[in-house]
Amino acid sequence: MADLSINFAGIRSPNPFWVASGPPSNTAYQADRAFEAGWGGVVWKTIGEPVVNVSSRYSALNLGGIRMVGFNNIELISDRSPEANFREIAEVKRRWPSHAVIASLMVDTRERWHEFVKRSADAGADGIELNFGCPHGMCERGMGSAVGQNPEVAETIVGWVMEAATIPVIVKLTPNITNVVYAARAAKRAGADAISLINTINSITNVNLDTLVPEPFVAGRSAHGGYCGPAVKPIALNMVHACAADPGVGLPISGIGGIATWRDAAEFVALGAASLQVCTAIMHEGFRIVEDMADGLSAYLDSKGMQRLADLRGKAVPQVGDWQQLDLHYRRVARIDYAKCIGCNLCQIACEDGAHQCIDLVDPTPFGLGPGRVPGKPLPQVREHDCVGCNLCSIVCPVDNCITMTPVDTGRPPLTWNDYQAGLAAGTIAPIQPHP
Amino acid sequence: MPLKPLLDAATAAANLADTKPAFSPQEARAEAARCLFCYDAPCIKACPTGIDVPTFIRKITTDNLTGAARTILEANVLGGSCARVCPTAMLCEGACVMLDLQQQPIQIGRLQRHATDHAVACDLDLLPTPAAQNGRRVSILGAGPAGLGCAAELALLGYSVTVYDKKPAGGGLNTYGIAVYKMRPEVSLDEVRMIERLGVRFCFGVEVGRDIEPAELLADYDALFIGLGLGGAHRLGIPGEDLPEVIDALEFIETMHVRPLAEVPLGRRVVVLGCGNTAIDAATQAKRLGAQQATIVYRRGADDMPAYGFEYELAKADGVAFLFDHVPVEVLAEHGHVTAVKLAQTAVRAGRITIVPNSEITYACDLVLKAVGQMKQVSLLERLFPGLAFDHHGRVIHDSATMQTTLPRVFVGGDAASGGREVVNAVAEGKKAARGIHASLTGEIVRGPVQPSRIGMPDGATGSGFDHPIRVHELEAALKQG
Repeated sequence: MADLSINFAGIRSPNPFWVASGPPSNTAYQADRAFEAGWGGVVWKTIGEPVVNVSSRYSALNLGGIRMVGFNNIELISDRSPEANFREIAEVKRRWPSHAVIASLMVDTRERWHEFVKRSADAGADGIELNFGCPHGMCERGMGSAVGQNPEVAETIVGWVMEAATIPVIVKLTPNITNVVYAARAAKRAGADAISLINTINSITNVNLDTLVPEPFVAGRSAHGGYCGPAVKPIALNMVHACAADPGVGLPISGIGGIATWRDAAEFVALGAASLQVCTAIMHEGFRIVEDMADGLSAYLDSKGMQRLADLRGKAVPQVGDWQQLDLHYRRVARIDYAKCIGCNLCQIACEDGAHQCIDLVDPTPFGLGPGRVPGKPLPQVREHDCVGCNLCSIVCPVDNCITMTPVDTGRPPLTWNDYQAGLAAGTIAPIQPHP
Repeated sequence: MPLKPLLDAATAAANLADTKPAFSPQEARAEAARCLFCYDAPCIKACPTGIDVPTFIRKITTDNLTGAARTILEANVLGGSCARVCPTAMLCEGACVMLDLQQQPIQIGRLQRHATDHAVACDLDLLPTPAAQNGRRVSILGAGPAGLGCAAELALLGYSVTVYDKKPAGGGLNTYGIAVYKMRPEVSLDEVRMIERLGVRFCFGVEVGRDIEPAELLADYDALFIGLGLGGAHRLGIPGEDLPEVIDALEFIETMHVRPLAEVPLGRRVVVLGCGNTAIDAATQAKRLGAQQATIVYRRGADDMPAYGFEYELAKADGVAFLFDHVPVEVLAEHGHVTAVKLAQTAVRAGRITIVPNSEITYACDLVLKAVGQMKQVSLLERLFPGLAFDHHGRVIHDSATMQTTLPRVFVGGDAASGGREVVNAVAEGKKAARGIHASLTGEIVRGPVQPSRIGMPDGATGSGFDHPIRVHELEAALKQG
């Protein structure tokens, strides 16, 4: 079995799976249950001046019968006293010395930051995470994403923290910005040990069409919340990659955002994450999900001949870059496996109305026997010379491996946009004719 | 032994509860979510009324049940009863692409019931507003599925429509002849009321040829539609056939619709003659009403039975016994009551059924239900409509596009035209005849409804199973032959 243990900016953990700061990491009781279930670390629910929460707090986006594809909350940071939180951190660390406990913090003044950083270390926390991302409730008071959205402010506050820090400091970044890299660079400049991302995204999940008040409903009103869950994974992956690929950042990354399975975890690691944080999936199905996450990730690494998690880390980063670096001469076309095609014609209508009009519906007779081959039931057929290889048909096809995007040899050497522009300028390349 | 009820009301009701019960809203949404929303979906083509199935199922996923019901009813005014009585495995569900994915087909029938039940429960008027009265009058003979399909379409086109039926209520077989565990008569009666609200006039208890003459109707009306279905069961032509406990299976089923279930007289040992879908309905209901034994006797083997496979499976699950390759030769009685039926074994020689000599057995029973097929009404129709032409099967000859008969102002649909098909075929033929009548009187061709999930097809968004129906078992046969 591959070794899943990590040393994340000096924080050691038996595996990369940490409970993210949130409702599942509110108490010692929950931390104990998490560690018993197999989690490697717990990022404590953000500690600060105790807040007052509202009822209700959560709402969700359900799609096609699948619950919690997206999840939204208007809960604030811990509503428990700092004393209770630090006392329980100390208790948990005594019981779980080799597991990671990270104190998430959010306060306002330099003095308060110094005090809370020191109290975290005194409690035995392995690290500190600065909550610069919470998009509701706290930002109106000049904290949370109000800090994360302003790189100069963030840099100043990280600086205050580093003045007092004796344990590793992770800066948690908000996605509610135009380019996450600026905040990540600010954290680096101020001397932070690591970054974690993404925090939740500003959201309203839906409107109750009877009351005309969105959920969560609080006495006839609602508020902008923070969005998370599987639906945000692509956004998180994009931002993790942006930070991993940026030479000005160069910090270990704790990946957060829609992670629910070992596959999600492996994708985050491949794009540069060194540890992984999970909240929504736990809120949905409990701490027990970590068993398959660890088991599956380990089995995957074994199947690829990787001995430790670090062997995978960042391996997909170089393959993602600017559009200008893509080969304009590469071509793939859609090919339909008629032994699998069921004749639902979803590829045809998607291509016809939503893409590039390269699939016809034809008489199935010439295709011989197979599923969907009945008189009067047409089959889709790709006109390969018109196919632009956009992938849409293979995405909408409900049958696994029925439509394959197959590379075709164009007989032309690779040509990037940059090469093309240079060639045009030098007069060595003829202009590519636009589509009629 | 004279026949008598065998079960109390509660037990009878429980035994005859819906075999395909209503979906809960969550079940319906989950099932609807499985639908792939095929483009130019095969289910639309397999539906003789051309219901835009993917569109109404999509509307269920969005909680637009009213819209779902409207999509159904605009194509098939009897969508509520067809949802229950259609052999969906042979129609829409049999064409579902899910079968090619090695998955259960979408339960289209139950979803259709979910949507149409909503319309009934909320007392919604979902049919379009009829066109302004065009001053033309059409009379319809028979208030069964064909007559209702014709009446509704004509009313929508602005015709003054009068429907005559000898029964005290409308719906025909939908009201009187469907197995109780498939559909309650109330569903059919609700549909009749819906069509009545379009302005259609119903004259019940009126028998054409006895109470009113076709000549009068042809003089009073611009056109006439024959939707008289089929006649009674064929005669067996054997001794004992007229004993009191030898009953037409459809009559037995009708009794269950006009009397409380606990008051339906029944035998303890029932023999059903014939092996079509009506025979299955009769045998399973006899079992469910408390008969100790119900045996279906069929002159050919299991492979030749006209009943659908799923009906055969249902009967076996109900404990119905099957005796193949036997024919009745005599019904035996003591003191004027049936005690047994004498059966002889059959063999097929050179394609013909022959009786095996000395093979007779006596099979004890106290009730014999005849389900050996309904008679064509050739003689009745010949008397009512001199000059009407029939094919050698006794079906009224008609133009398949307009349903016009050989008489210029007389149109036909349903079993009188087809010789006996499904309810859904009858509705479709009635609707087709209405459009045929309209075309012949005004020259105007009516198509539709527009089907969103076929927009862009070469043969148009209105084309569907209504115009070019495919039959799934025919497709399967084509597949087997390669």
